[in-house]
Amino acid sequence: MPLIELAAIERRFLLGDTTVRALTGLDLRIDAGEYVAVMGPSGSGKSTLLNLLGLLDRPNEGSYRLEGRDVTTLSPDELAGVRSRRIGFVFQSFHLVPRLSAAENIALPMTLAGIPLPERRQRVARALQDFGLANRADHKPDQLSGGQRQRVAIARATIMQPALILADEPTGNLDRHTGDEVVNLLETLNAGGVTLIVVTHDQGMGARARRQLVMEDGHLQYDSGQNAHARR
Amino acid sequence: MRAADILRFARDAAAGYPMRTSLSVLAMSIGVAAVVVLTALGDGARRYVVGQFSSLGTNLVIVLPGRSGTGGFNPANAITSTPRDLTVDDAASLRRLPGARRIAPLAVGTSEISYGGKLREVMVAGATAEFIPIRNFELAQGLGLPDEDWNRGSPVAVIGAKIHEELFGNAPAIGRLVRVGDRRLRVVGVLKPIGQGLGMNTDELVIIPVSLAQAMFDSNTLFRIMIEASSREAIPATKEQVTAMLKQRHRGEEDVTVITQDAVLATFDKLLGALTLGVAGIAAISLAVAGILVMNVMLVAVTQRTGEIGLLKALGASARTIRLAFLAEAAMLSAVGALLGYLLGQLGAFALRQFFPVFPAYPPDWAVIAALGTALATGLLFGVMPARRAARLDPVQALMKR
Repeated sequence: MPLIELAAIERRFLLGDTTVRALTGLDLRIDAGEYVAVMGPSGSGKSTLLNLLGLLDRPNEGSYRLEGRDVTTLSPDELAGVRSRRIGFVFQSFHLVPRLSAAENIALPMTLAGIPLPERRQRVARALQDFGLANRADHKPDQLSGGQRQRVAIARATIMQPALILADEPTGNLDRHTGDEVVNLLETLNAGGVTLIVVTHDQGMGARARRQLVMEDGHLQYDSGQNAHARR
Repeated sequence: MRAADILRFARDAAAGYPMRTSLSVLAMSIGVAAVVVLTALGDGARRYVVGQFSSLGTNLVIVLPGRSGTGGFNPANAITSTPRDLTVDDAASLRRLPGARRIAPLAVGTSEISYGGKLREVMVAGATAEFIPIRNFELAQGLGLPDEDWNRGSPVAVIGAKIHEELFGNAPAIGRLVRVGDRRLRVVGVLKPIGQGLGMNTDELVIIPVSLAQAMFDSNTLFRIMIEASSREAIPATKEQVTAMLKQRHRGEEDVTVITQDAVLATFDKLLGALTLGVAGIAAISLAVAGILVMNVMLVAVTQRTGEIGLLKALGASARTIRLAFLAEAAMLSAVGALLGYLLGQLGAFALRQFFPVFPAYPPDWAVIAALGTALATGLLFGVMPARRAARLDPVQALMKR
């Protein structure tokens, strides 16, 4: 069953008086449970694609169906609702709220969604346990190591049990060892059934994914899964 | 997002930038404190003046001989233009009026008082028993004038506190005979010290029966007739009745002037009330300035926390949630500022009262409510724009800023 279906996506930006085609003529289908790496040089449209998939941005043309539902026509608040329940984000620079503790950062999506406090406490406690952060619950982000911060961010991304996790260079700010740990963590989540899409410059990390997409100049230059899909 | 969570989030956000938060709270509190202290000053002045007037007595209607206003042509004026005397009988006739509770005729003159070889000049007030309660005088010792026929005039006197002190020192005065003018009078009462009350120093006053005073000064006319109306509402009616009665007694000629203390008081009240309002208005400008400062602080907060706003949007916060969070933060800044300012203002007013005990510097309730209300309203009003700006941020752009 397709989780994501993109058809003839166009995304243009106006830079000064020239139009930049960040994405053009993009068709893409990603099934639920896949593990996809998006690679390509800077400016190839990787991040634009990720923002689009994460409903943070809209295409100028084309259709995007998420879980069978056309999301290009939804209002901003409806999009926020879908992001809240279905999509988790992991950023290169972690994006933790500096004044909130690890536990509060993890709870933030639930807080925003208005989930009652007792349930929040319970789920955060479990997440802290699962991600090996139990003794870091009350630490502020600046008291955590890079790996711990990214683990907090991943815990936050999964706390609403989304169908899709979008990771933008999740290891970009980490050394190789902690980076590997974070990748293992994400792969474990994927093994649990969550669709994982990772944007990365790192060839090694890209190679670990089961499907590789290579972007260039706003269109898909290579898709290792194309044959598989075509065969089906 | 739940209301409690929004409040907690806003509180943490405000606490996360202590310098900026405390400065805007300070500005707001100075604004509110200024309103509270300045209106306390203005209203204190009003109360002080009103208090001075009220020491004259309550609900007073005062009759003066002679006409000050210009009336129309009156046939009586053609015959005689000299005003008739205002007599004790005139005063007595007013006793029958329904609106008048107490009547006191008043004849005034200066004379000498002597006792035990000491002599000084005094102001003598010829009055009746009800004069003392009408003027709100209180007795330190003894009794007031006897309640007797107004024409009888027992040889007694009530003396002011300063007279008592100068003539008798610490010795008892009640029952002693003093000489006032050419009369020997028995001291029956001593007034409590009151101080200056509108040009007449009551501490240096000697009160004697009115008929005695008229005989002493060889005069038939009264200086004033003081009437205490039965209530504040009865004052206008009483004034009418008094005017009508005296006009009738004076053969249709309106040759007296009737004034009410109420009218004089109301004028001062209005005047000083307007002054207080003006001062409050000036102080309110500082509130508006504080409101703009809160807006500025919130705009800086939106710029500074752009990345965070982007994150919140990515995590599924609706525009409404972000708007509410920033609005709550602005409201919190102004609410804490207003509360702090209220306490500061009350402290200031308290200090004023400590330094100037005669000056009742209490901020009026309306000013306190208006100051707190304005502070909260401006805080919210000026918080709307930054909050909307935050809610409208594009999540992709916002996330790129860090």
